Amino acid sequence: MNHDMIGFQYAPSEPFVVTAESIKAFAQALGDDNPVYSDASAALALGHETVVAPPTYPIVVTMTAMENSFHDPALNMNYSRVVHSDQRFEYVRPIRVGDELVVTTIVEDIRTMAGNDMATFRTEVSSDGEIVVTAWSKLVVRGDDA
Amino acid sequence: MTTKIAFADVVVGFELPELTVNFTREGLAAYAHASGDMNPIHQDEEVAKSVGLPDVISHGMLTMGRAVRVVTDWVGDPTAVIEYSARMTRPVVVPNTAEGVPVTFTGKVAAINEDGTVRVDISAVFDGQTVLGQARATVRLSD
Repeated sequence: MNHDMIGFQYAPSEPFVVTAESIKAFAQALGDDNPVYSDASAALALGHETVVAPPTYPIVVTMTAMENSFHDPALNMNYSRVVHSDQRFEYVRPIRVGDELVVTTIVEDIRTMAGNDMATFRTEVSSDGEIVVTAWSKLVVRGDDA
Repeated sequence: MTTKIAFADVVVGFELPELTVNFTREGLAAYAHASGDMNPIHQDEEVAKSVGLPDVISHGMLTMGRAVRVVTDWVGDPTAVIEYSARMTRPVVVPNTAEGVPVTFTGKVAAINEDGTVRVDISAVFDGQTVLGQARATVRLSD
């Protein structure tokens, strides 16, 4: 991979509108029946405006935004050999139904060790111009011999 | 935010209620659609084997998403989680059977931080081995 790309920030993604159906399907796929993910009154009872999303829901938008950058020739990344190795989320406020999420992807770090590239992408997820969650994804790109 | 557990009631070393979830092909397909991650190694046995995997494997993010339920089930309000991270160390291999394979998640209060937050360390075990490394959630609890 091209180490000169460290620090590069990609253009923000197109807005993704968070729907009740999307949150409900995500929670159901996790097998999580917490009513705060499907029932606005249950969310309200906990002090939320409306239905909120599970902690790992941001991956719905961050993965796509990040993958779009993989195709940038300047990054020189062999995305057919990518393994997702680490993930971190820092939450500012919950993602809610009605949010219009925009993701900015930043190449935070690239290291090369033993023929493998390790790349950390920081994805900042905003709604209404305010960051709601920041996610870091660390990927290992296996070298030809690894 | 309103949590079922109050900050004052938490002690280091407390073990959260354990959670076991069966991972099935059907569950993987549902997660693929809900998350948008349609990578065929999570659905198609032939593709998985062609890239050297023993069989279809779970999305690492599905494992991570289910693991944090140990914490969110405990606190009630999932928005109490202010930070969550994990390393995906081993795959969960999912056979084509109705019952699938069980993964057991446990959590332990590892630290009570000076800023009034609590760190929970999470363990995910499949087939006798951990599948997540350094899985940690930081939660802010009600007073």
